[in-house]
Amino acid sequence: MKTSSKQTLTVGFVGNPNCGKTTLFNAFTGASLKVANWPGVTVERVEGEAEYKGQKLRLIDLPGIYSLTCYSIEERVSRKCILEEGIDVIVNVVDASSLERNLYLTMQLLELQKPVVLALNMMDIVEERGMEIDMHRLPEMLGEIPVVPVSARRRTGLDVLLHAVVHHYEEGPNEKVVTYKRGLEAKITKLQQMLREQCKSVGSRMENDRWLAIKLLEDDEEIRRHWPVQAPEILDRSYENDIINGKYDYIEELVEECLFHKEEKAAFTEKIDAVLTHRVWGIPLFLLIMAAVFGLTFTVGDFLKGYFETGLDYFSSSVGSFLSAVKTADWLVSLVVDGIIAGVGGILTFLPNIFILFLALAFLEDSGYMARVAYVMDSVMGMVGLSGKAFLPMVLGFGCTVPAVMATRALESERDRRRTILITPFMSCSARLPIYVLFAGMFFPDCAMLTAYSLYLLGVVVAIGVALAGNRLFPSREEHALLIELPEYKTPNARTIAIYVWEKVKDYLTKAGTTIFIASILLWFLLNYGPGGIVSDIADSFGAGVGRFLVPFLIPAGLGMWQIAVALISGLSAKEVVVSSFSVLFAVGNINSEAGMRQLSEILAANGFGPVNAYALMVFCLLYSPCMAAVAAIRRETHSWRWTLEMVAFQVALAWAAAAIVFQVGSRIF
Amino acid sequence: MKLSEGEIGRIYEVKTIDIMDAVTRRLEALGLTGQTKITVLNRKRGGCMIIKVRGTRLAVGRRIAEGIQVKEAAV
Repeated sequence: MKTSSKQTLTVGFVGNPNCGKTTLFNAFTGASLKVANWPGVTVERVEGEAEYKGQKLRLIDLPGIYSLTCYSIEERVSRKCILEEGIDVIVNVVDASSLERNLYLTMQLLELQKPVVLALNMMDIVEERGMEIDMHRLPEMLGEIPVVPVSARRRTGLDVLLHAVVHHYEEGPNEKVVTYKRGLEAKITKLQQMLREQCKSVGSRMENDRWLAIKLLEDDEEIRRHWPVQAPEILDRSYENDIINGKYDYIEELVEECLFHKEEKAAFTEKIDAVLTHRVWGIPLFLLIMAAVFGLTFTVGDFLKGYFETGLDYFSSSVGSFLSAVKTADWLVSLVVDGIIAGVGGILTFLPNIFILFLALAFLEDSGYMARVAYVMDSVMGMVGLSGKAFLPMVLGFGCTVPAVMATRALESERDRRRTILITPFMSCSARLPIYVLFAGMFFPDCAMLTAYSLYLLGVVVAIGVALAGNRLFPSREEHALLIELPEYKTPNARTIAIYVWEKVKDYLTKAGTTIFIASILLWFLLNYGPGGIVSDIADSFGAGVGRFLVPFLIPAGLGMWQIAVALISGLSAKEVVVSSFSVLFAVGNINSEAGMRQLSEILAANGFGPVNAYALMVFCLLYSPCMAAVAAIRRETHSWRWTLEMVAFQVALAWAAAAIVFQVGSRIF
Repeated sequence: MKLSEGEIGRIYEVKTIDIMDAVTRRLEALGLTGQTKITVLNRKRGGCMIIKVRGTRLAVGRRIAEGIQVKEAAV
């Protein structure tokens, strides 16, 4: 290979939103930019460096776009960068599993008359769906540009891609690919001539006259301003539709020749859709599926949890006796056993429940069902003034509020986004699960699962109620239109699911090791130190003082114990901490074991805390401010501290009111 | 006629699109514009439908389905 004439090649990564572009970019530059599973993460461009056999490369990651028009900020940023910043080679990253949609951008890039290399990403999904791509015919139909299958995840095809980039740069621009209808082509040729003459008169070189001519015919505002061509007889109207159709007609032809087995898969998908998106059965089926998800979470999860608890009991007591045996100071034994192991360990025992929940959500997402939920729920969401798409973040909210809030980016209007962000925390996230499991298990042993279900349902009802009230109070004439792509169904892939679940489990474990670890230690200190140093009675500690201050406010809600106040405050760091706080506050070693639960419920009962109080507590935990991580995410997404804090205040007030109603009404009935 | 009045299983051809600009642009990038053929796959009472456009399956809400004027396509 000869060395290229340029010292550093500038390579632009261009592709549709959510096509795996940023993951691929990271694989080259070694950077760990934020990658997410929803569109629109890259808004500003990011640069990195790479080297291939002595050739230096400057890599630029551009925002995900569908088209090279100039209607959105992302499109303008990308277009400006490609045209004006001397990009030598374009790497067009394409999601091979939805080739038609992705190739539209490719067709436009090819018209720019710059070297383009096609990186076919997500080939594994194509295989999983039982389809095949003709790798011989595809480059032929794209004007002999290099087509390289890559997998950012498995890091395959990366060197081949760089090789193609360096090599293709020397070959120069591509041939013409799309030929439009005859009349249109004649206009393009005439405009090209006029543009070239214009250029010659000012002495500059014209590189992409065909593209400019096409853009002029599309009536592109920016291009018309830069290249004012006086040709009213040619530019008699906008030919945008004709040009779009021309490109898509060609893509259809291409897909027909290069993609195999698509029809069979489509027929299969339509059969399933006839049931799952049925006009009558769609919603009941969705509710049934969600019920099954939570049923599994509780039954299988609880079954596995038993083993975890036995292990934790054993671990806790052996650490305790070991520390005592080596004559560790009493306070340190207490910190480790009552503080850290009780706090962190208590949370770890819920790992099986959370594992099953995320496994089920991953299954729904990977199979292709999740996108259908938006369609199925669109009419219901329409009643509260939101589009069906807003329901997806809400379902994700059952897993964790943080990604759910970020997933609202898929919503087009700012108003819809904020409204969805406001109600998403009402969906019981997995961190609230431990609270339900513990208190439902202690106070409603005969119908624990039903109790937990009722809280999930209450969360959904409150969410819809709040959205409805918001829509009534602040009606808007804005149109919210559902528009979402429905992929083909496929058998969920074990690897994809494993990665998804592992990420979530890792997050949970990290949280247990950091936030909850620190919160447990802090809490232990607050509860063991008072104004006069170490206290022998927890009731003299700093923590108790803070808690007592809040008791008068919590009495109407049936939560008038200083320990509960402390637990709720510490729950702001992460909702699971409410559970671990109870174990620290009441010095119950293993709060989830049968003995631990009995011990705790006896202590609580002695303080007049019965089932009604327990239910009020669960309602309060369901509705009050989401954890700090979620609040931070909401602040990031709304760009407003004010809005975020108002939301927190509203949710705390709502939680207090709801808990008070539960307690006041409940204690009169029972 | 409006696309929202389309029947399941029939193929229609787009005449005009009259929706918010941003949505029109998005539809264009998906290959849905004047003269494009649309197959109606599914329809709900609320007015939202599942359609197939150039090999892509899309769920569209009532507002979009009502904003697209179509005619029966010649097969």
